[in-house]
Amino acid sequence: MENALQSIGSFLPVRFLVSEKMTEEPDFLGQDSDGGSEEVVLTPAELIERLEQAWMNEKFAPELLESKPEIVECVMEQLEHMEENVRRAKREDLKVSIHQMEMERIRYVLSSYLRCRLMKIEKFFPHVLEKEKTRRDGEPSSLSPEELAFTREFMANTETYLKNVALKHMPPNLQKVDLFRAVPKPDLDSYVFLRVRERQENILVEPDTDEQGDYVIDLEKGSQHLIRYKTIAPLVASGAVQLI
Amino acid sequence: MFCEKATELVRELHRAPEGQLPAFNEDGLRQVLEEMKALYEQNQSDVNEAKSGGRSDLIPTIKFRHCSLLRNRRCTVAYLYDRLLRIRALRWEYGSILPNALRFHMSAEEMEWFNNYKKSLATYMRSLGGREGLDITQDMKPPKSLYIEVRCLKDYGEFEVDDGTSVLLKKNSQHFLPRWKCEQLIRQGVLEHILS
Repeated sequence: MENALQSIGSFLPVRFLVSEKMTEEPDFLGQDSDGGSEEVVLTPAELIERLEQAWMNEKFAPELLESKPEIVECVMEQLEHMEENVRRAKREDLKVSIHQMEMERIRYVLSSYLRCRLMKIEKFFPHVLEKEKTRRDGEPSSLSPEELAFTREFMANTETYLKNVALKHMPPNLQKVDLFRAVPKPDLDSYVFLRVRERQENILVEPDTDEQGDYVIDLEKGSQHLIRYKTIAPLVASGAVQLI
Repeated sequence: MFCEKATELVRELHRAPEGQLPAFNEDGLRQVLEEMKALYEQNQSDVNEAKSGGRSDLIPTIKFRHCSLLRNRRCTVAYLYDRLLRIRALRWEYGSILPNALRFHMSAEEMEWFNNYKKSLATYMRSLGGREGLDITQDMKPPKSLYIEVRCLKDYGEFEVDDGTSVLLKKNSQHFLPRWKCEQLIRQGVLEHILS
């Protein structure tokens, strides 16, 4: 796929703005003296790989994961670029068709990723908003600014609707419904499949039943596991494991 | 028995298969709200009696009525919220314009909720990426091929394809068209994907 993407016209390597948190990856970076945001150059193939990883993680994680606006923006840029190139290219059917197919596939993955996020936002909207409200400065957000606006509108819309149709006609002491308590939380105890990308040591596993005690495991690179999401949630965020 | 009407509302939705929206049961909702009003008023007078008249034997009844009130509210909110979820699914299934049959099943407030949701979604989609945004209600399935064979199920009229040529979609005519252009029409039932 790398060849296909680079053969049509000149393909822009993607300029990727990396936040401080991502400075663990040694391959790309020249260390900046102040440790601030770095610009990382990704090939389009690597960008698509990141998109697919984010997509799969989002699909299989029970909760809304960190938002990746950089990936979305860069992929959209690439799609626009590809579209331009396709439009300018002569109608040599085969090459153009292959690129169109590639564009459709990428568009599908991106749409599916964003749809998955929207679905989770709508499903858990009071919890998503609460998490955003209690987020500390510097912690990455699970919502892009546009998603946050959408969530707020969704909440206001639903609250207004319920109030006008039913709640305001009810006895005075029952007119408030706490949506935070009424809407179920994401089940962080659900089990997920994962593949280990970076070796991890001393992961504390809390067992289901009371008889077994807590125990500690090591995760070998390349191994696959079925484990409770809560145990490995931070590893998904850091990219150390990939949900499958 | 109390809460019967409320349970009936919930059961009505439970019976409707996923994706279907039965007509809005305005009558049922009104009855539940009336029952709640009656229960509350009875409780009010009993609470006063219990306080001033010292009739603490009324307290279990008061508690029981309060539980019924809570249950009524829970069933009502569940009914309304589940309908909202179904209506939301309609936006993703049918697009911005709903078929008339479905619109008649929605109350005016539900329609308003739907319009607000549509607007919110449109604003969000337009904000994606640099230029005009991305319509994520398209591309619902992984693409298998660029062009697909479709048969026209209803008369639709002129349909313009990418390179400017237009196609006349008459009933029962067959065409070989780009997949992504047809997706919306397939969902609306105008075209049918022919799998040979």
